[in-house]
Amino acid sequence: MAFFEMTKLALKWALTKPATSPYPFKPRKPLAGSRGRLVFTKDNCVYCNVCAKKCPTGALVLNRKEKKWIIDRLRCITCGYCVEACPKDSLEMVTDHESPVVTRDRETG
Amino acid sequence: MARTVIPFGPQHPVLPEPVHLDLVVEDEKVVEARPSIGFIHRGLEKLAETKDYVEFTYVAERICGICSFIHGQTYCQAVETIMNVTVPPRAIYLRTIWGEFSRIHSHLLWLGLMADGMGFESLFMHSWRVRERILNIIESTTGGRVIFGSCKIGGVRRDIDPDMTKHILKELDGIEKDMREITGVFLDDNSVKSRLCGVGVLTKEQAYDLGCVGPMLRASGVAQDMRQLGYAAFNEIQVQPITRTEGDSYARCAVRCLELFQSVDIIRQVFGKMQPGDIEVKVTGNPTGETITRTEQPRGEVVYHLKANGTKNLQRFRVRTPTFANLPAMLQVLPGCDLADVPVIVLTIDPCISCTER
Repeated sequence: MAFFEMTKLALKWALTKPATSPYPFKPRKPLAGSRGRLVFTKDNCVYCNVCAKKCPTGALVLNRKEKKWIIDRLRCITCGYCVEACPKDSLEMVTDHESPVVTRDRETG
Repeated sequence: MARTVIPFGPQHPVLPEPVHLDLVVEDEKVVEARPSIGFIHRGLEKLAETKDYVEFTYVAERICGICSFIHGQTYCQAVETIMNVTVPPRAIYLRTIWGEFSRIHSHLLWLGLMADGMGFESLFMHSWRVRERILNIIESTTGGRVIFGSCKIGGVRRDIDPDMTKHILKELDGIEKDMREITGVFLDDNSVKSRLCGVGVLTKEQAYDLGCVGPMLRASGVAQDMRQLGYAAFNEIQVQPITRTEGDSYARCAVRCLELFQSVDIIRQVFGKMQPGDIEVKVTGNPTGETITRTEQPRGEVVYHLKANGTKNLQRFRVRTPTFANLPAMLQVLPGCDLADVPVIVLTIDPCISCTER
C-alpha cells in the first residue's frame, strides 16, 4: 500500500505545460483522416439521386429539374456513405468541422 | 428503526447514465433498492424493420456511444454469418485492433468516472488525458472519435498504412507508460483502496447465478471472456481472462486496469501478424436465416439475435447488452451498503443504460 502514489504524478504535471489547449483562442486543428464535413462540388454532378437514396438519415435531397443538391446539416451524421456511393466523385469529406448551426435552414449546393 | 425512501437518479451528479433507484434506508444503511428504467428507450430494435440491412450498421453503432465499434462489428459479424460471407483476413485484423482501442478508451473513461465518483478529481482528469491520446489514434485511423463508422458488412472502410502503423506503435509505448502511472494510483493508493476495498462484495457463486458478464464476473473469480470463443482474430491470439477473487469494487477496478495492458498487448500482436491485402468483399443479395452472435464488449458479453427473411429489411433484431445482465447483481449487492457507497457500487458495473434500453 502506498500513501503518496499520486504525488509523483501531481508534481510532474505541476512542472510541465498544460495538457489542454487554450480553446477558443487556439482552436484545435483537425487530424488528417478525420470525417469533418461533407462538401459538394457542382461541376460533375448528374443529379442521379444515389447519394440521397443511400443517406441513412435522409439528410440529402436532390432536385433534378432545378439542378439543386440540398443538405440538412443537423441530420447529417458525416458517415461518408454518400461519398462512397457517388459515381461522379462530386462529394468529398473534408477534415475541418462544420461551424455550429442554429436554424434548420437547408444548405443548397 | 424508521425507514426512509431516498430517490436516487435518473439525474444525479455522480451518475453518467439515467437509472432511477428508490433506496430504502435505515439510518445510513441501504436495506432495499428498487430500480426503474425506461427513461431513454429509443426503439432501435423496431427500426430494423424499416431500415435497409446495410444502413442498419450505422444504427447498430449508435446503440451505445462508448462501445459503439464493437456493436457495429457484432452486427456485421451476425449478418456475414447469415449470408456466408468470408471477410478478408486484413479486415478481421483491423476490426480486432479497433475493437481493442475501443476497449482501452472505454476502460479509461470508466476509470475516470470512477475516480470522479469517489471524489478523486485529479485522477479523473489524468485518466481522461490519457484517453485523449487513444481518441486521437482512433480519429486519425477511422475518421470518428467515438462513433468510428469504419465497420461495414463484408469488411472495413479504411485501411491503416505502414506510416500510421509505426506512429501507432510508437504512441502505444508512451500511452502504456502513462497508463502505468495512472493504474499505479488506482491499484496501490491508500485513499482509493479505503474507498473501494470490501465495498459491494459479490461472491463467485452469486456472480454466476445472477448471470453477470464481463469485468463484473471476472472480478468475482469466474474466468469467462467471450474473446475465448475465437471471433475476429482471437482464434489466432489467445486471450487469458484476467480474474480476481475478492469480488469487491476494488477487484472490478483492478480487472479493468489490467485489461488495459492486455488490450495494448493484443494490438501489438495483431500489428505483427497483419499482412497486406484486401479490406472488404462485395456483398450482394439479401440475408435469409437466423443467427445468434456473441462478442466481448468492454462492459462484458453482448448477444445479438438476427432473423432475416430474404427482404432488404431484417425481420427481427434483438440485443442483450452487458449492463442488462449486470443489473440484477447490482441490486443484489446494494442492500447492506452505506448510502455514500451507492454511487461507487452503481459505477462499478459500468452502467450503460442507453445500451440497455436501446
